[in-house]
Amino acid sequence: MSAAAYAWQLGECVLAIALAPLFAGWVGQCRAWLQNRSAPPLWQPYRVLRKLFHKDVALATHASWLFRSAPYVVFATMVVAAAIIPSVTTDLPLARVADAIALVGVFATGRVFMSLAAMDVGTAFGSMGARREMMIGFLTEPALLMVLFSAFMAFGSTALPRVVEAVLRQPHIMLHPSLFFAAVAFVMVLLAENARLPVDNPTTHLELTMIHESMTLEYSGRHLALIEWAAWLKLFNYACIGFTLFMPWGVAVHGAGPGLLVLAIGALIAKLVVAGAALALLESITAKLRLFRAPEFLTMAFLLAVLGLLVHLLLEV
Amino acid sequence: MNGIASTTALTALLSLIAAWLVLGALGLARPNSIRWVARTLFPVGALIALGVAGTGAVALTAHFSAQTAVLPLGLPNLPFHVRLDALSGFFLLLLGSAGAGISIFAAGYFRAGEGTAPGMMGLQYHLFLASMALVILADDAYMFMVAWETMALSSYFLVVTQHRIPEIRRAGFLYLLMAHVGALGILLCFGVLQGGSWLMTFDAMRGATLAPAWASAAFVLALLGFGAKAGLVPLHVWLPEAHPAAPSPVSAMMSGLMLKVAVYGMLRVSWDLLHAGPWWWGLLTLGVGLGTAMYGAIFAAVQTDMKRLLAYSSIENIGLIFAGIGLALLCRSFDMRLLAALALAAALIHSFNHALFKSLLFLATGSVLHATGERSLGKLGGLIRYMPWVAALALIGSLAIAGLPPLNGFVSEWLLLQAFLQTPQIPHAFLNMIVPLGAAIVSLTAALAGYVMVKFYGVVFLGQPRERALEQAHPAGWLERAGLSWLALGCVLVGVFPQVALDVVGRITGQLVGATVQRGPSPWWMTPLASNQASYSGLWLWAGLVLVMAATFVLVRRFYHGRVRRTPAWDCGYRWQTPRMQDSAEGFGQPIRHLFGPVFRMQRELPLPSDPQPQYRVQVEEHVWHALYLPLSRFVLRTAERVTILQGGRLATYLLYSFLTLILLLVWVL
Repeated sequence: MSAAAYAWQLGECVLAIALAPLFAGWVGQCRAWLQNRSAPPLWQPYRVLRKLFHKDVALATHASWLFRSAPYVVFATMVVAAAIIPSVTTDLPLARVADAIALVGVFATGRVFMSLAAMDVGTAFGSMGARREMMIGFLTEPALLMVLFSAFMAFGSTALPRVVEAVLRQPHIMLHPSLFFAAVAFVMVLLAENARLPVDNPTTHLELTMIHESMTLEYSGRHLALIEWAAWLKLFNYACIGFTLFMPWGVAVHGAGPGLLVLAIGALIAKLVVAGAALALLESITAKLRLFRAPEFLTMAFLLAVLGLLVHLLLEV
Repeated sequence: MNGIASTTALTALLSLIAAWLVLGALGLARPNSIRWVARTLFPVGALIALGVAGTGAVALTAHFSAQTAVLPLGLPNLPFHVRLDALSGFFLLLLGSAGAGISIFAAGYFRAGEGTAPGMMGLQYHLFLASMALVILADDAYMFMVAWETMALSSYFLVVTQHRIPEIRRAGFLYLLMAHVGALGILLCFGVLQGGSWLMTFDAMRGATLAPAWASAAFVLALLGFGAKAGLVPLHVWLPEAHPAAPSPVSAMMSGLMLKVAVYGMLRVSWDLLHAGPWWWGLLTLGVGLGTAMYGAIFAAVQTDMKRLLAYSSIENIGLIFAGIGLALLCRSFDMRLLAALALAAALIHSFNHALFKSLLFLATGSVLHATGERSLGKLGGLIRYMPWVAALALIGSLAIAGLPPLNGFVSEWLLLQAFLQTPQIPHAFLNMIVPLGAAIVSLTAALAGYVMVKFYGVVFLGQPRERALEQAHPAGWLERAGLSWLALGCVLVGVFPQVALDVVGRITGQLVGATVQRGPSPWWMTPLASNQASYSGLWLWAGLVLVMAATFVLVRRFYHGRVRRTPAWDCGYRWQTPRMQDSAEGFGQPIRHLFGPVFRMQRELPLPSDPQPQYRVQVEEHVWHALYLPLSRFVLRTAERVTILQGGRLATYLLYSFLTLILLLVWVL
């Protein structure tokens, strides 16, 4: 491990933190275009962050230390997750700290803290949001793990950089039918985990249908800024996991020069542009599910992922 | 072994156990003095527990060879044999380290005037600890059963401490009954294992060669016997009754320690006394384990009593442990030693973890119970403000049991999932497709555990107090806090240094499987398989999270500000909020009840729209009672009634029976 590797590790983290609001802005812009609305500017999320950081925190009277520390914990989990995912280069010294199973665990930590914080103030909407978030989480978390398992079994490693390198060495693995099931399941998980349609609506403020929003209701100022930022980072991270598993082309492998790394950043941005547009399209053509139908959607994702695993074991071992 | 020096560890252990018994007896000197029994004797007991843990750890050092001794106790010609090896050393380490925390807590917890006199309770408590240690040390079936029964009986008396309450007596009876059903299974298992030699030492059993059918019979009996004690479905019914009935330190001991003694028994019989068996042993254990894990998690999610919730969560964790044991057995039958070692390491580390965090959580419920007098989740809430220490420590336990990195619960889960990932290599055409799918159930269970723990922690400690009286809740005493901190420290340490845990259990897998999972070349990462396959470092993950949090905090303060204004909660501008508008425990479990509806036996009373005083009531029961236990008990009662025809109560009739039997026997002999 060279000093350059550590520099790139840090660089990748900073890139993720910096690009995540932009990606969210891009998805929002595409959505607006598709829905015939005039779009907010691309850098709207940065403005939101700036505004929120400047504002005072209006803290509920009986909020405890857990409520105040949760935004930092949630933000930290998402940054650490971004450090593990090989979005630009596979030469990541810290990727050895946690493999993909631990990555799922890190996401779960973020979710649990978010839910606990939502319950802390003790309002009706907070605990409702926490309950719904945990309901969705307990179905998406295993589904995500099963998606990753299909990939692990195909590529023989739970370390994401090794998965990328394996695919780049033998691209024909991508034609395995199990990965098709996994990809469909992954997209469903991505939608559910990031509070997107059809499970949740990121722009809703209708009290009875919202999930993610109702957990953040009591937050304001810098706390809210960190939580929003963490949510954008989460979307960014999920997109990057998708790239890692299903289209890793362009990522600079171990030992690549600075030229290739710059190229890899370009490839990442190109992929994000396409993925953001696809996400907006997907959201524009689906209707929101009733909350009680959401578990069916998620169970389907889980079963598809398990089916993908079974297909892999039946046909590809 | 070389002479006297070789049994020092064993001698030390036996003296420590004897010291526990003496301590228990000393309590009888002033049986009604809380100062003497709880505040003086229990801390000494905790020190002894530390000694037991330390001596157990000696057995896990690299150059330790098994120590045996024969005690001049027991029946003539049937002395007690004891043996200390890596496996028993590990479980003694578990018993001692978790037991120390529980004893310290108990020193501050017990109060006068609660059921049994303190002195008596101290005796039962230390007898319970000592008998568990003796079960782990036993090296012959006779001593094993004596210690096992002592353990069951002393814990029974501890469960029924508040014996004036009928429900508690009933729970105690159920526990006693199931304990003896299990003991019967174990007794029969040893009967089969001696293989016709009638030698009851474990040494003889190791050497005995059993016909495959008999070996399988012994295995199934062991699974039944130890499964009944550990709480495998459907033999788990006593657990959610007995755990809430007992005082909290006793619940912690039963859940954290006694269930692990059952796991020890299972490991001792299936790995040490029995030789490698057919693959269906492993598959059976794996299936039962996974089923138990899922079942426990689902039922934990809908509980409304905090101790019952934890009891079901214990069932879930025991299921995961047995799934690991089953996977290891399966791999052993195909001679895949490294994989067997990996799965067994996961099961052992999870046993240790569960002992730590489940004890921690049960003790925390004890503090809550003492501070508020409430056990029902529907009447708690907001305690993080009144009992900050207990809340912070219980948070560590809750996060650990939910399997979140970088705490200890995640480590064992990670190892178990890694083991499942390797199962496609099993050289059997169907097993290599079915077994990997077990990972799906493990991950589903883990995710459900997260749900359960958010419910537990959120409803008890967060939000606003659901009852007025909670505002008078007082924080726990320093002894209670010390006990909780000790256990929480264990949770953090195992989570941050999983490599050390892997090294420690490596000695056991080396003894039982003949293979050891290496922690990998680096001191920082844990790479149990190959360095490019899987790696995890609790320490660095911990460091990364803390670093990012600190950096974020500093940067936000540096570039912006740290201003805070206290206001009433906003709640979408809704003004008339009351604490009763928060989710109740029933409400929080509702999605799970909805999703897994057919699993429960539910009775619901819904209010009519016109009801002036609307009441909503839901009761969740287990199908297993109505499908299995109640018909069984009816059958037993009916049979007993039929048999009473023989009992007329007249001596002459009984003599006639004896006479007739003798005549019949004579005829048969002729």
